[in-house]
Amino acid sequence: MKKMKMTKTAKNNFVTYFIVLIAYILVQILLKSGHMSSLMEGLLVPLCIYVMLAVSLNLTVGILGELSLGHAGFMCVGAFSGAFFSKCMDGAMPDGIRFFIALLIGAAVAGVFGIVIGIPVLRLKGDYLAIVTLAFGEIIKNLVNVLYIGKDNNGFHFSMKDSISLHLGEEGQVIVNGAQGITGTPHDASFTAGVLLIFISLFIILNLINSRDGRAIMSIRDNRIAAESTGINITKYKLMAFSISAAIAGVAGVLYAHNLSTLTALPKNFGYNMSIMILVFVVLGGIGNIRGSIISAVILTLLPELLRGLSDYRMLIYAIVLIAMMLFNWSPKAIEWKDKLKEKYFSKIPFRKEKEVK
Amino acid sequence: MSLLEVKNLTISFGGLRAVDDFNIDIKRGQLYGLIGPNGAGKTTVFNLLTGVYKPDEGIIKLEDKDITGLKTIDINKAGIARTFQNIRLFKDLTVLDNVKVGLHNHYRYSTIEGIFRLPKYYKVEKAMDERAMELLKVFELDGEADYLASNLPYGKQRKLEIARALATEPRLLLLDEPAAGMNPNETGELMDTIRFVRDKFDMTILLIEHDMKLVSGICEALTVLNFGRILAQGQTSTVLNDPQVITAYLGE
Ligand SMILES: Nc1ncnc2c1ncn2[C@@H]1O[C@H](COP(=O)(O)OP(=O)(O)OP(=O)(O)O)[C@@H](O)[C@H]1O
Ligand SMILES: [Mg+2]
Repeated sequence: MKKMKMTKTAKNNFVTYFIVLIAYILVQILLKSGHMSSLMEGLLVPLCIYVMLAVSLNLTVGILGELSLGHAGFMCVGAFSGAFFSKCMDGAMPDGIRFFIALLIGAAVAGVFGIVIGIPVLRLKGDYLAIVTLAFGEIIKNLVNVLYIGKDNNGFHFSMKDSISLHLGEEGQVIVNGAQGITGTPHDASFTAGVLLIFISLFIILNLINSRDGRAIMSIRDNRIAAESTGINITKYKLMAFSISAAIAGVAGVLYAHNLSTLTALPKNFGYNMSIMILVFVVLGGIGNIRGSIISAVILTLLPELLRGLSDYRMLIYAIVLIAMMLFNWSPKAIEWKDKLKEKYFSKIPFRKEKEVK
Repeated sequence: MSLLEVKNLTISFGGLRAVDDFNIDIKRGQLYGLIGPNGAGKTTVFNLLTGVYKPDEGIIKLEDKDITGLKTIDINKAGIARTFQNIRLFKDLTVLDNVKVGLHNHYRYSTIEGIFRLPKYYKVEKAMDERAMELLKVFELDGEADYLASNLPYGKQRKLEIARALATEPRLLLLDEPAAGMNPNETGELMDTIRFVRDKFDMTILLIEHDMKLVSGICEALTVLNFGRILAQGQTSTVLNDPQVITAYLGE
């Protein structure tokens, strides 16, 4: 009996890894045989980024059961911290090692931001996370746009005004240039690196879910009061899930930054519309369904491109969004999830009495 | 020796004194009943004992240790586990995993060991599976270990809640209307199970129940609540023959 269950989860996870592997091999074949348009080729790394974002957001939304509307914000801090490091270290170490360290830095910085935001917000009984993460995403994006960092022989110089006020020496170099962002980040990203990172993200998330910690996280999602009286440390496990989710988004950001020659924080890439888009991937793929997130991220990213030839493709996308909305509103899982949120929101109105526990 | 000693416990919601000057003294190994009409404040007493609500006044002592005002999680760690009147299972987890959440603090491995599937992960998970199955067997739920908790019939969900509570290795078990929604047959079985749990796990049990057959059948002592106040307290047979108690119940 127990054995059966173990193998069932293991098999499920195996299928997920296998799908990614097959997709990778397929793409390699298409590339090698010259059957892939340059447009599609350019989409490969972004695809990996979206998959990582969707999978990691699902950890917060589906597994932890908290709504986050600022996932792009974590991607943003990951992107800028990773690119900043690579820019500083360009030429100072082998490319592979530099990229690897940049990824770790992006993960760490985004993870720390997750903890810093999570500590005050996740401790509250209510679900204020949605609002705070939304604000966080917007604030980060705007902060980065007025951030100037330069480097010369005297070390680093910071300013929030303009690059002149950095007062750099002769040989000084502006690294982060306000709204112009970071230019000349080494192009370390590749499809293979992206797929590897997807595998690592999946490995972490799937194994986390199917462990002691994962059970604790899901018990909080299913019934906070019962979890608490069963001896589960609510704050600890909420923070754990949320910061791991943020860290993986940070890694996706580093990949993003190293795929572009210029990194700027725009509403398009790091704004709330991006966060919402990732949330749509998660919702459409199934809340709590990791494999579903991968598939829906791929389909919803590819679809507009595949339909580019059709002049009416906008209408089609529109229709798809409608379907997404419908699924969001009507699929049993989503309804359940919304009920959970509703229950939380209503118990959360500050001046209302604590809900009766029966 | 007293396992649970409560003095002068009081809480108000707005103008309502839901629990007013509540006292109780439960001996180790006792099977104790808390009864009273609807809205008398029974569940509120459980919520006070488990730190869901903080009392306005009063002291709660578990094995002579003052646990008043502790957080719910720390009260569980101190040794009180409970079930809920409105069943609160982890409904998207399997029956087995529900119990394994209960084992959480007694079977440990680190996050790293879990993610990287180090040997300790397999060892501890196996031990957890075995222990959880043992507990499920007590409640004849071992056949449904792989079901989602929400797919269990009502009576079994109540049993699963007890199994999960026991998994946390409490000194005191609080059961809030364990027989609610059960038919007389199931209630009979439940009475046997509760006795068995007390004997096998050396447990002290405080239970809320409306089913008088169950109460008179298994409880050794009773406290009767009415409008938040203690109406009668003592040995089951004495309390149930108390004219005041009879009026309170018949008056309902
Ligand atoms: N959080 C709360 N806020 C306001 N009133 C509350 C709260 N919790 C309980 N009450 C009130 O306290 C009183 C006692 O409720 P409680 O749930 O303890 O009764 P009970 O004895 O368990 O009844 P039942 O047999 O119906 O379960 C009720 O009037 C209830 O409405
Ligand atoms: Mg009650």
